[in-house]
This record gives sequence, structure tokens and C-alpha cells, in this order.
Amino acid sequence: MRLIVNKIFLSLSVFSALIGLAFLAWILVTLFIKGLGSFHFGLFLNDLIDGGLRNLIVGQFILAGLASIIGIPLGMAAGIYIQEYGRGRYPSIIRDLSDIMMSAPSIVIGAFVYAVIVVPTGGTSGYAGAIALAIMMIPVVINTTDNMLSLVPKELREAGIALGASKYRVILDIVIKAAKVGIMTGILLAFARIIGETAPLLFTSETSNYFSLDLSESFPSLTVSIYDLANEPEESSRDLAWAASFILTVLVLIINLTGRFFTRHKD
Amino acid sequence: MEKIFQKLSLASATVVFVILLGIFLTLFSSSKLAIDEFGLDFITNPDWNKEIVIDAPISSENSIIDDDVVDDNDDEIMDEDEMLFDEDNEDGITKTVYGGLVPIVGTLLTTLIALVFALPIAMGIAVFLAEIAPKNISHIVGIAIELLAAIPSIIFGMWGLYYFAPIIADLVGGYQVSLLTAGLVLGVMILPFMAAITRDSMNTTPGVLKESAYALGATKFEVIKDIIFPFSKTGIIGSIILALGRALGETMAVAFLIGSIFVLPTAINSPTISIPVAMANNFGEANGLGESALFYLALILFIISFGIISIAKFYFLKKAK
Repeated sequence: MRLIVNKIFLSLSVFSALIGLAFLAWILVTLFIKGLGSFHFGLFLNDLIDGGLRNLIVGQFILAGLASIIGIPLGMAAGIYIQEYGRGRYPSIIRDLSDIMMSAPSIVIGAFVYAVIVVPTGGTSGYAGAIALAIMMIPVVINTTDNMLSLVPKELREAGIALGASKYRVILDIVIKAAKVGIMTGILLAFARIIGETAPLLFTSETSNYFSLDLSESFPSLTVSIYDLANEPEESSRDLAWAASFILTVLVLIINLTGRFFTRHKD
Repeated sequence: MEKIFQKLSLASATVVFVILLGIFLTLFSSSKLAIDEFGLDFITNPDWNKEIVIDAPISSENSIIDDDVVDDNDDEIMDEDEMLFDEDNEDGITKTVYGGLVPIVGTLLTTLIALVFALPIAMGIAVFLAEIAPKNISHIVGIAIELLAAIPSIIFGMWGLYYFAPIIADLVGGYQVSLLTAGLVLGVMILPFMAAITRDSMNTTPGVLKESAYALGATKFEVIKDIIFPFSKTGIIGSIILALGRALGETMAVAFLIGSIFVLPTAINSPTISIPVAMANNFGEANGLGESALFYLALILFIISFGIISIAKFYFLKKAK
């Protein structure tokens, strides 16, 4: 009897793993069939107004890139503070708040940026979108930096100090170097996460049909345009949405796998 | 130089505090208009963007409070100091009322459906990854599950609307866009996240404990049930709550599937709306009181998710120092 219960339980567990994999396969196969069906290289050469995706892909990268320029230094510095400088309760409070911020609903962050940036500046802009994404990114970078720095052995820091180096030199030249691979991986995963975000951009950057490098106006966003296109009645718009989704997913998965490859390389 | 660096890092850490406080204060001040207007009745009022007449001559045949009737036109609700009538009452000044009951209920129900669907499967996957599969298979399946977690939520929404929902609607009947389909797609979405962190909790069980139980002749099921689950219980519950927090605030996967109408669901397969979707779809056109009401919804969502995550973090997932 015990053995039968055991068998049933184990089969159920294997079965649920198969269900999980089946969903992954189903989604990916759908994406490949629908996405590749409407995919052609002209999509990279034309803007949305001419039925292509060039402006959207470039725009999404600029938004996520600018968010990284804001978010990575801030997040890393905050992580360094928590691990290296913080005294008393303050660092652990910041750590907890950062964890809470990481799970804050992304649409709420969009609404926040709308209220503090879009309304005062008089309209949606690339800057607002990038700031919303940066807010999404900061806690993830803090978390990674915090975790990775905590793995660096204390002896390394002590050796640096013993050589007469000042503390910030030790942190920048020794501690960060030792934790480099882990932090890089975390940053790549964070980038992969924000480049696929839609909700924080809906009312901050919105999107645009035209190619634009002017961050002070509504800015082309791949994800927001996918949402718009997928809701349009015409078959051609939806096909374009599928092609865009395909490109987006491939991008996200490549960035993700690159990050994982780095960590594996280290082991 | 040393001092500057130290100050900069302290300032960056404080940014987190400032942003969180800023979010809270901004949401509060932006929803002030709606809070003053509707107070806490907002939470129980099912009417959204409804024209009503105030200061009309008071007649006797109104003011029946009715929660579960969906039919908008028959609903009459008593406010603290003013009666709200139907549009047909001609005299008096009209005003628009906003109530948050429908999106609040929609958010909670989709999250509940997602949880009921995802929980058993996620537990099964976690057990498979942590205890059953050989190391290399566990590694590969683990990566596959984590990749599923990395797929942008808007992809889940599109896939759900065009491929998953039609099948569910055929099976269950009803609309393709409904509480049920939205909840199930949300479940598929939080599944990998939940499985991955549950696996991590299970992996913290010391090998010695498991080996002792095996040595006493326990089957794998008994080891999992009597050793691993009790040992990692708080971690697992914490993981579930974190996944719950994620489901509550999800916008895009739900936006495609919930139907986006401000009507209380009468059945599991009827369309409704959730807080994030109400914001996503109406923010652009809203202004004044309507916009303030959306901020009020955002504030409610933020408080719910803040509370849930705090419980998970401080009660269940306390990091061992």
C-alpha cells in the first residue's frame, strides 16, 4: 500500500513537470509558427507607419538602455552600501524595502511616474518611460549586488586594507572584481526583464509609429505597440503583433541564456 | 574621495526609501479627490462611471442595497448623506459616481483561480526538480521552467486569447474572455515562478535528515511528506504568497482575457475587469474625478500587494542572518 501511494504520488509529480514543459512548448511553438509566418527582414528596415518594426525595436532598446544607465549605478551603489558601509538597522530596512519594491505592481509604478513626471512635463515622453523602467530595475540590481557581494570572502577585503588601500579602492578594485560575473548575470537578467515590460510604459512613454530619437516626446515602444496591434481587428495588424512578439521573445530568451551561460562558465 | 563614495552609496540606498514613500504619497494625493468624494464606500460600490442625479426630491421607493445583482439599472445605493438615484430621475443636478467593487472583486477572483490552478502543478514540478529527477535532467528542466518565467507577460496574454481561451471556452462554455480564462492564463504565468522558488525552499532541507528517513525504510513519498514539507513549510508558504503578489498586480496577461467590462461576474465564465486592467484601459481617456478614481484603485492595489509581500517577507521568508 505504501509503495502504491508512493508510485501514484511520484507519477503525479512527473506528470505536473510534463504539464509545465507542455505549456512552455505550446507557447514557443505558437510563437514560432505565427511569428515566423509573418516574419521577414523588411521588418527591420521599415518603421511601423510603413508596416515594419524598426522604430519600435530601436525605441525599446533605447528605453531599456537609458533605464539601465540610471538603474545600474544606483542599484549597485545601494547594494554596496547595504553590504559594505551600512551600520545598524538601516541597511536591512533598505534591503526589505527594496524587496517590496521589486514586487510592486508594474502598472502602479507606471501610474506613479505618470503623476510625478508626465503630468508636470505636459505629456508622455521617452524620459518618463525610461524612468519607469529604471524604477523596475533598481531593486533587482540591488538584490543581485547585495547577494553577490555577500559571497566575497572577508579575507580579500582584509588583505586589501592591510596593503594600505582605502576602503572604496578595496570595494571597486577587489570586491566588485571578485563578484563581477555574478553581478553581470544579475544585470543581464534584470535587463531581460525590463525590456519585455509593457504596463509601466502604457502611460509614460506610450508608443509612436515613427522613428524617433527625441526622448522628450512619445517614444516608440515595441511592447506597447504589440498591445495596440493585437487588439486591432485587422488580420494584418495581428500578424505584425505576432512577428513583434516573436522577435521580443527571442531577444529576451537570448539575453537570459547569455546571462546563464556566464554563471555556468564560472563554476 | 573615500567620503564622497560613501555618501554616494548611502544616497543611492536612500533612493529606494524615497521612491517607495513617493509612490505612496503620490497615489494618495492623486486619489484625494476620489477619496474625499466617495470615502470608503468606494470599495463596496459596484457602479463605475455612472451618471446619477443628486438633490432630487426624495421619493420613497428607492434605497435598496443589493450587492449581487448585476443589472446596473436596478441598483440603488444609499450613500452616507445623499441618495443616489437612477438616471431616469429628471430633476436635480447630475454627477458621476465611481465605485471600485467590480475591479477589486475581479482582481481577487482571477488571483484565486490562478492560485488554485497553479499551486498543485507548481508543487509537483518543485518535487520533481528537487527530489525525483536525476541531476542533469533536473538542471535542464529547471532552466526550461525558468525560461518560461522570463517570457514577457504580454506574450502570455496574446497566446491566451488566441489559442488557450478558445479551447477552455469550448470545454466550459461561456465567453472566451472571462474570469476563468484570465485566471487560468495568469496561473500558467505564475506557475514557473512558484515552482522555481518552491524548489529552492525544498533544496534547503539537509541531506542528513532525508538520508536518515530513507535508512529507516521510508518511501520517497513519506520522506517528502514527513521530512521535506515540514522542514521547508514556511519557505514554501512564503513562495506561494510571493507568487500571489505577482498575480495580483499582473496587467498584460489579464488585459487580453478578462473582457474589460465593469460588471460583477455572475459565473466563473463571465467577463469582468481587474484593477490593473481598469487602469491600463481607462487611464488615457480619464481626467478629473475619473482619473482620481483610477489612482484610488491603484492605491488600493498597492496597499494590498504591499501588505501581502510584507507578510511573506517578514513572517515566512525571514532571511537567516
